[in-house]
Amino acid sequence: MIDESSVVLASAVRLTVPLAFAACGEYIAERAGTINISVEAMMLGGAFSAVLGATVTGSAATGLLFGMAAGLLVGFVHAQFSHRLGVNTYVVGLVLSALVLGLTSFLLDSVDLDKNQQVGAVDIPFLSDLPLLGPVLFSHRWPVYLLVALVPFVWWLVQRSRFGLELRAAGENPRSADVTGIDVRKRRRQALLICGLLSGLGGAYLAVGEVGMFNQNMTAGRGFVVIAAVIFGGWTLRGTLTGCLVFGAADAMRLALPALGLQLNAQLLIAAPYVLALLAMMFFAKSHRAPGALGRPFVRGTV
Amino acid sequence: MTGLLQAPRANSAAGAPGPPAPPPRPPLTERLRTPALYVLSLSAAFGIAAILVAVVGKSPKDAAVAMFDGSLGSGAALGQSVDQAAPLLLVAVGSVIAARAGIFNIGQEGQVVIGAALGAGVGLFMPGPGWFVLPMILLCAALGGALWAGVAALLHYWRGVDVVISTLLLIFVANQVVSFAVNRDYLLRETAVPGQTTTSQSDMLRESVWLPRFGEFPGFNIGAGIFLAVVLAVAVYFALTRTRWGFRIRLLGLNARTAHRAGVGAVVVGGGALLASGAFAGAAGGVMLTGSGYRMQDGFAGNVGFDGLLVALVAKDNPLHAVPVAFFFGALRAGGGFLAATGIPRYIVAVVTALLVLAVVFPTAVAEIRRRVPARTKEA
Repeated sequence: MIDESSVVLASAVRLTVPLAFAACGEYIAERAGTINISVEAMMLGGAFSAVLGATVTGSAATGLLFGMAAGLLVGFVHAQFSHRLGVNTYVVGLVLSALVLGLTSFLLDSVDLDKNQQVGAVDIPFLSDLPLLGPVLFSHRWPVYLLVALVPFVWWLVQRSRFGLELRAAGENPRSADVTGIDVRKRRRQALLICGLLSGLGGAYLAVGEVGMFNQNMTAGRGFVVIAAVIFGGWTLRGTLTGCLVFGAADAMRLALPALGLQLNAQLLIAAPYVLALLAMMFFAKSHRAPGALGRPFVRGTV
Repeated sequence: MTGLLQAPRANSAAGAPGPPAPPPRPPLTERLRTPALYVLSLSAAFGIAAILVAVVGKSPKDAAVAMFDGSLGSGAALGQSVDQAAPLLLVAVGSVIAARAGIFNIGQEGQVVIGAALGAGVGLFMPGPGWFVLPMILLCAALGGALWAGVAALLHYWRGVDVVISTLLLIFVANQVVSFAVNRDYLLRETAVPGQTTTSQSDMLRESVWLPRFGEFPGFNIGAGIFLAVVLAVAVYFALTRTRWGFRIRLLGLNARTAHRAGVGAVVVGGGALLASGAFAGAAGGVMLTGSGYRMQDGFAGNVGFDGLLVALVAKDNPLHAVPVAFFFGALRAGGGFLAATGIPRYIVAVVTALLVLAVVFPTAVAEIRRRVPARTKEA
């Protein structure tokens, strides 16, 4: 029993990690006041690019860098269209999602990708031998430990650095920020770039970490779940990561329950994370902790 | 550039009472800039697609020829394009209603499948003559779409949940709801025939409830769906521009605060617009069901919801402009089917579609930036 539950818990952690990488990015984007619905595109692009990079260079670790670059590129395009040219950010996000899905599906059919490229697993000495906790926390592929370093950094960046202060000002009250001399649109573009980098990494980990190959539409809506996780977490980093863990665990349950011999309805289990996300938003969306200008474009000289 | 900068200054310097002088006509180069940008960005979109095809070692010319053959090249292909346009137009018209009210419904994909599923239920289980059941199918499909959009409306106006995110997440739920239905004998799964295994799809609708098809020329014939869609597009255009309801919707979309002071309730008018957009998406599902597939199955919507939304974007929220745009996108979808023969993955169509949308929003955005420049200089 203890073995089975540690397998389920370990898989919950594994499924949480891609979400958590992307959610750190989306958290930064939303604190800057922009709901970025192209996370899905960033993750999918990152996943494809990572496998492509791993195929070309023969190294899964380089693949991760490729994935980050792809996410960055999507973030750049999104930022230029929505926070320089002033196109509706939802429109841009939607079109980019369609574009990346089409592009990756097209290329998948035309390019031969290596089917088995995964970054290595690292067992942390001694700790990984612990019963239950060992396999759950201390025996993972190495990017998981990168996340452990990333989270405090993101917290510091947003809460303690000057850049983060300006970022949050742009998200809370862009007009005041503007008067203070902060370039609101520039901060938002930068937030989107960081989001692209981290979401690309999340997608890349999904591909070259967890799955080891690229499938058509392999992110399958995880990017949207990431957005829900940030809302679920009440726009705090701690809450966002909790949200990711909840959604990751729901995903792990879906995969694990049939193996454990529990007969549960497949459709219900697939829908569960999305229903959970909706319920979470229902309970948390009205919270006053939301950034004041969330989702509202900033144009100088307008109300 | 200088022309734009000088115009407002000339006016303020005059300071004369009476109607302000009309701004001077900008020089020809200024006026040609936007059309030129359109041409440039559209060619860029097709150029990128051609390069992509070439990069994977296929011939862009073959792709273009196949796209043409599959969409406009023959009577049958033309009919295909028209049939593909009908649900796209319906979805687009619905999106326009919501967008005019300032609401961005992007869950049409889910509203389409829920509508179609409800329509399929009516079509399979309601007895009666075809002339009665067919309209009931379409009505219930619209109702199903409105219901699904209604969940988002409820969450928004009751709990303040962002419509964009909730409609998006509801797509995934809708797909599972339909998957559930077509996998249950007591719901929509096809009746088991002894000796055959059943799959995840519903029975086929009886022929009397199919949408009629017109034009018995060899090859070319089109379903009634397109007529329904065009009539509704025109009706919505007039409703939005000429009726009190349309005025309220536009007022809400342009300035919610003014609308509130004028007694336009955001819940009733805005929520109503969201429901209406869902109803149109549901009706699109009904038309797809009774017009071509005749049965419900997993993956029924086939991106019609998203593509219809893109039609509305390209048509800049004008229901009349949506008609030609829907034909164009329908032709792209129809042409994509022909690509398989040339060995070029049909997903290039999705890439082209998305690039075209970016190409269309780009010049508008650039024009918007240029318009903003004088205001900013004046401020400083």
